[in-house]
Amino acid sequence: MDALNAIVALANFVLVPAIAYGSQLALGALGVTLIYGILRFSNFAHGDTMAFGTMVTVLATWGLQAMGVSLGPLPTALLALPVGILGCMALVLVTDRAVYRFYRAQKAKPVILVIVSIGVMFIMNGLVRFIIGPGDQRFADGERFIVSARTFKDMTGLEEGLAIKTTQGITVITAVIVVALLFWFLNRTRSGKSMRAYSDNEDLALLSGINPDRVVMITWLIVAALATVAGVLYGLDKSFKPFTYFQLLLPIFASAIVGGLGNPIGAIAGGFVIAFSEVTITYAWKKVLGYALPESLEPEGLVQLLSTDYKFAVSFVILLIVLLFRPTGLFRGKAV
Amino acid sequence: MAEAFLIGENMTGGYGKSGPDILHDCTVAVEPGEIAVIVGPNGAGKSTAMKAVFGMLSLRRGAVRLDGEDITALSPQERVRKGMGFVPQNQNIFASMSVEENLEMGAFIREDDIGETMEQVYDLFPILRDKRRQAAGELSGGQRQQVAVGRALMTKPKVLMLDEPTAGVSPIVMDELFDRIIEIARTGLPVLMVEQNARQALAIADKGYVLVQGANAHTGTGKELLADPDVRRSFLGG
Amino acid sequence: MSETMKKTALFALVAGLIVFTGLFQSWNTALLILNMGLISAIMSLGVNLQWGFAGLFNVGVMGFVALGGLATVLVAMPPVGEAWAAGGARVLAGLATGAALLVAVVLLRRAMRPGRARALVTLVVLVGGFFVYRAVFDPGVEAVEAVNPAGTGYLGGLGLPVLLAWPVGGLLAAGAAWIIGKAALGLRSDYLAIATLGIAEIILAVLKNEDWLSRGVKNVNGLPRPLPYEIDLQNDPGFVETVQGFGLDPVTSSSLAVKLGYAGLFSVVLLVILLAAQLALNSPWGRMMRAIRDNETAAEAMGKDVTRRHLQVFILGSAVCGIAGAMMTTLDGQLVPTSYQPLRFTFLIWVMVIVGGSGNNFGAVLGGFLIWFLWVQVEPMGYWLMQMITAPLAEDSALKAHLLGSAAHMRLFTMGLLLLLVLRFSPRGLIPER
Repeated sequence: MDALNAIVALANFVLVPAIAYGSQLALGALGVTLIYGILRFSNFAHGDTMAFGTMVTVLATWGLQAMGVSLGPLPTALLALPVGILGCMALVLVTDRAVYRFYRAQKAKPVILVIVSIGVMFIMNGLVRFIIGPGDQRFADGERFIVSARTFKDMTGLEEGLAIKTTQGITVITAVIVVALLFWFLNRTRSGKSMRAYSDNEDLALLSGINPDRVVMITWLIVAALATVAGVLYGLDKSFKPFTYFQLLLPIFASAIVGGLGNPIGAIAGGFVIAFSEVTITYAWKKVLGYALPESLEPEGLVQLLSTDYKFAVSFVILLIVLLFRPTGLFRGKAV
Repeated sequence: MAEAFLIGENMTGGYGKSGPDILHDCTVAVEPGEIAVIVGPNGAGKSTAMKAVFGMLSLRRGAVRLDGEDITALSPQERVRKGMGFVPQNQNIFASMSVEENLEMGAFIREDDIGETMEQVYDLFPILRDKRRQAAGELSGGQRQQVAVGRALMTKPKVLMLDEPTAGVSPIVMDELFDRIIEIARTGLPVLMVEQNARQALAIADKGYVLVQGANAHTGTGKELLADPDVRRSFLGG
Repeated sequence: MSETMKKTALFALVAGLIVFTGLFQSWNTALLILNMGLISAIMSLGVNLQWGFAGLFNVGVMGFVALGGLATVLVAMPPVGEAWAAGGARVLAGLATGAALLVAVVLLRRAMRPGRARALVTLVVLVGGFFVYRAVFDPGVEAVEAVNPAGTGYLGGLGLPVLLAWPVGGLLAAGAAWIIGKAALGLRSDYLAIATLGIAEIILAVLKNEDWLSRGVKNVNGLPRPLPYEIDLQNDPGFVETVQGFGLDPVTSSSLAVKLGYAGLFSVVLLVILLAAQLALNSPWGRMMRAIRDNETAAEAMGKDVTRRHLQVFILGSAVCGIAGAMMTTLDGQLVPTSYQPLRFTFLIWVMVIVGGSGNNFGAVLGGFLIWFLWVQVEPMGYWLMQMITAPLAEDSALKAHLLGSAAHMRLFTMGLLLLLVLRFSPRGLIPER
């Protein structure tokens, strides 16, 4: 039994990856939940919105790299991020003007808007593949690790190493900053409060003189920024591939729904619930248990509950359990 | 008699472009410092008359004038900017937002300092001051109505319109709300109100309109109407 | 223009497009489009049952199609005796343990009162049971997968005629739909959408990972055919003589003959399903379905069991998708789990239904053919268009190479555009519901 090594192994293989992944999911789910709260539909094009913003960032990163610009130990993509956000904002505003506005004026049923968003998903997906291709793109540069496993072992003398990738550190720090900014905006500024008012009670918001077009525009801008940041962080941490971003739709939706659709705090909580469940259930616990348990009880197998390919199943099962027992989500979202 | 401060005159119309007429030549008006109450049996078009004054349905005939200005063609939002404060019957608060934020949102169209108006609302409804940080949705029914009225007052309206403010609250709370409404009217603000509880409402009304099937059936001061045998027999139940 | 005229004209247009392909490209391509068009039309009918009749938003079509594909393997492939001997019994016992565990949990929950104790017991039984299940199941799987992994490594099927797989595919999909429907129907429409999206991914994950069942990413090749092989036809003197009598080349005509054979089989299935769907649409059952779709609250108030009706139509629609999936795998002659993509097998079917006309069976069929034709032909058209656009660019220009290389992705873009245009300007589709 070796508690210290067990904790380090747990942190290295479960906690750190799950926190990073959870932050990425939370940012994605915030975008979904804001669209749901304000525009009142589930946006199936969100994964591809993330992909588009990330693609612009990747292209800008390559441009900067070609010019020899770098951030030293940090990835160049952070410099390119504003370009990606602006590109994504332009895309969603054009989409809203050309597509969604018409259906808003018609007061179309939410399910019609969902189908419309499927059309938008196709177009964005085609656009991204057309411009950057369907393949895997790596664009992370700079220092790879904040703490590498070897350094950690040398420092502590422990058997187990703890590695923290730069991208993981950046993910968490960026996510904290972005979320803090978002909540400051929603709770402290007039525009942010008007968004919440519009989400809470549309008719009364109109009566109070809140301009719906402005609220919708601000929402899209925020969503574009969130989507791009989430996409770039995910891409830095793993890699950028259009199809993967489309597939992220499922865990992102699961996060938003588990937390309570329309509720920003719920989206964040949901993101971490899904991320931790996915990682813990698909992680092979042999190593951690080997340290944590007395020798006689040491497990023989991998002690992996499910193979990693079933991670979608994890999101899904949690989603289903929450929907069956608490349909409005953990943090009471809106049930329209 | 000079023209009333707010008047909906000879209003005829219904919901939508092609819907049947609900109002027939209906007139309601209110003067500064006055409480005007619209009462009538179920389905008489009380709320519809108020919505017509507020521009939520299209009139085929008739006009709405505020302070001498014809506002018949304006949308409800534009009427709010002209100085009409409206408290809907249902969903009249932002349930997930704090009491103070509700008041802030009420004053959304104002560019000047709203602190003073907020103080006035808190003076009028002291309980709201204590619960200013609490989510409005967590308050009791009567307190929520206070939030709703307070929200409408935040625009510093020239006229306040209430659609059944006492629906679903207990008699004690109703009396308290009516006291507050009298207090508001005493400040000179005209109050136009639709009420289900006709007897109590007419008791505080300076002017009463009894509507039947979308038309004016009886008009007079609250006292007159309460004393009118016709009104008593047909509508107040003896 | 009368309703029938318009319908006929639209179908004639699609037929014309396919004939045009035959005349100017090749008959082989034309028949390929026709065959997949037939299958697409059936899938589209299935989705139309759910969405058009009942307003159920199912975006898990891919999962049901894949289950149909699995059915083909389970029915038609010969059993691998060695694998059965090595671990078949153990795998079956594992599955039985799993099923027994679930039944036990359900019974327990029924017997106990709701509360913390029940939740705790459920959790303990589930987690404990899971380990027991894995302990029984895993060694069996290992044994099966160890048997000649490069060639088999799975249990195989029942070795029955492949045509039997089509109804079995429907049954398999229906079974899955029953489980999903029990859990997820009654949720709001967009929750149901996410739930079905998830189920489809899980079914795919099972196909990709459970090697003992479907060989996973190693694919199952050489599925038996309901029709003779081209090579057999070419070696058949009777066939060669006949086609040469028409002045045709035996190699080409053997391939065409096989495709025509499939077209005949598929047409029969399509006609049967279309007929059944038409009868259902106009029956009291269909009328009630649409009544529920248009006003659920009113229908419920009139005493209709909405959830039950939804479950019925969900199962039926999914079964139709399963049948189509089995047919498609039969046509392909192999099961390739990695080839199932949601854009292609779920959302494209939705484009077919919406463009064709949701709520109208003929619309769904038309949409199936038309969209499949475009899906296939947009790629060469896009390439041609790109060549025109890039013609002024230098031969070795990087931009030109990129644009030409990316032309293939224009099909997604086109499908999205088409869907949005139809939704905007003709929201009820090409052949609207009456």
